[in-house]
Amino acid sequence: MTALAETPPRPAREGPGGRLSDALWRRPRVLLALLLGPPLLWLGVVYLGSLFALLAQSFFSIDEFSGRIDRTLTLRTYGELLRPANLDIIWRTVAMAAAVTVASVAIAFPIAYYAARYARGRWKAVFYLGIMLPLWSSYLVKVYAWKLILAKEGIVGWGFESVGLGWLLNAFLAVPGIGGNSLSVSPTGTFLVFVYVWLPFMILPIQAALERVPPSLVEAAGDLGATPAQTFRTVLWPLALPGVVAGSIFTFSLTLGDYIIPQIIGTSARFIGLAVYQYQGTAGNIPLAAAFAVVPILIMGVYLYVARRMGAFDAL
Amino acid sequence: MRSEAPLWLKVAAGAGLLFLHLPILLIFVYAFSTEDSSFTWPPPGLTLRWFGAAWERPDIWAALGLSLRVAAISTVVALVLGTLCAAAVARTRFFGREVVSLLVVLPIALPGIITGISLRSAFNLADIPFSFWTIVLGHATFCIVVVYNNAVARFRRVSGNLIEASMDLGATYWQTLRFVILPNIATALLAGGMLAFALSFDEVIVTTFTAGQQQTLPIWMLEELVRPRERPVTNVVAMVVVLVTFLPILGAYYLTRGTDTVAGSGK
Repeated sequence: MTALAETPPRPAREGPGGRLSDALWRRPRVLLALLLGPPLLWLGVVYLGSLFALLAQSFFSIDEFSGRIDRTLTLRTYGELLRPANLDIIWRTVAMAAAVTVASVAIAFPIAYYAARYARGRWKAVFYLGIMLPLWSSYLVKVYAWKLILAKEGIVGWGFESVGLGWLLNAFLAVPGIGGNSLSVSPTGTFLVFVYVWLPFMILPIQAALERVPPSLVEAAGDLGATPAQTFRTVLWPLALPGVVAGSIFTFSLTLGDYIIPQIIGTSARFIGLAVYQYQGTAGNIPLAAAFAVVPILIMGVYLYVARRMGAFDAL
Repeated sequence: MRSEAPLWLKVAAGAGLLFLHLPILLIFVYAFSTEDSSFTWPPPGLTLRWFGAAWERPDIWAALGLSLRVAAISTVVALVLGTLCAAAVARTRFFGREVVSLLVVLPIALPGIITGISLRSAFNLADIPFSFWTIVLGHATFCIVVVYNNAVARFRRVSGNLIEASMDLGATYWQTLRFVILPNIATALLAGGMLAFALSFDEVIVTTFTAGQQQTLPIWMLEELVRPRERPVTNVVAMVVVLVTFLPILGAYYLTRGTDTVAGSGK
């Protein structure tokens, strides 16, 4: 292509636009720079610049008496992260993210498998839109819907009462650690809403991975005498794993950073996102908020590194 | 190939889809409920009263207006930047290509709160006051990836021969763009733009950090969720938001369906 460009097979183009085109055709690097310049400038200045600003703030500290931010570099703020209360927050968030990820895989797998292997024609479209519409519909509306559902007087409580199992729900809510006054102020509620909101992010990559599995492989396993459980464990699951890992990047990362769901549905127990939000807002402690925000970046950095080694990015 | 799925799989997949959709449908019922202070199920009665009440609220209209303006400008910025980036990445190989695609994806790969607090720290350090443009700055940044993803997929399918042929036949870059490239990628851009619009219209996590005292519609909803004032009006707004975001998604779906038939893809 370069050789062709150096000896144009046709007369030079006319006019200023034509001359410019000729010049660019001979120098594809210049064209590339023109194409890449604006987006890189935007992302480099606005996004990377902001990330560095965040990182810089995390090395500042706050004067406990005046509440002023001291702009000398120190590791004191990171030291504060290691207080038991803050470690609790980090631990709680990671445990929730892990639980949400496992539950999402369990619910997503059958949907993804059916959509990839059996859905044809009209049903293919139904499944596609059936996953895309909830994925794209308003996040806040979804959270709000669950507030309606999980409220004491809401549809779940009503459902349990009307089949005479109200006592069962109450017994469940009495369990310390997962229960509460009603589902909408219990850790179980927070968990349910997280699973619901991030579920489509898990279905799509698993479906993409499963669509690449030739049906003949599954049939061969069956013909060779494998039970469905064995086929799943030795054939389907290993091949779907990159998709599962790709989906878990989303469920994990989104749970780590969310501060709205635990604020609206659940106990007042704090998660990383909520801690960041409160430290920067009411407390005005931007350095500590920034240091807290670095935690999910680090966790996701490790996670992405492991995921990459498992080939998860091919399934995105 | 066995064409019939086992029963348990059908049940599990169907139940999963229902799980995804029932909560959203429930919003539609609540918008008509006569109950005005609690979330009682089943609704004691049905009424259209709250639609009128919502219609007459100036704060909702102001929030809606701000959200639409922010979404429109962010979409335009994202369309330009996302398409430029996609053109560069899809058509040429260059050093650092992987880094560029990572950089584009990063704003949505990292939790939204990171993007939010980063922007806030930057505004804080640079003494930039919150304004309409600080919201747009954040939104455009994470909308780029949506346009980019759609455009890059299409650019890969459009044969490079078409562009070379056009240039060999004496067209300028501008003419090639106008008569060859744009007609081939137009639907992908439209779809990407619609999704970017829906994403921006709905965004709340980054916005809370970049809006200051301004209220976009999601921020209005968030305040109603944290400190409920008039629940029935919130129900109505929630229902309208669902309907409004469904339109661009359906539009994007129909625009990108069957794109295997794009010219030059069968080279």
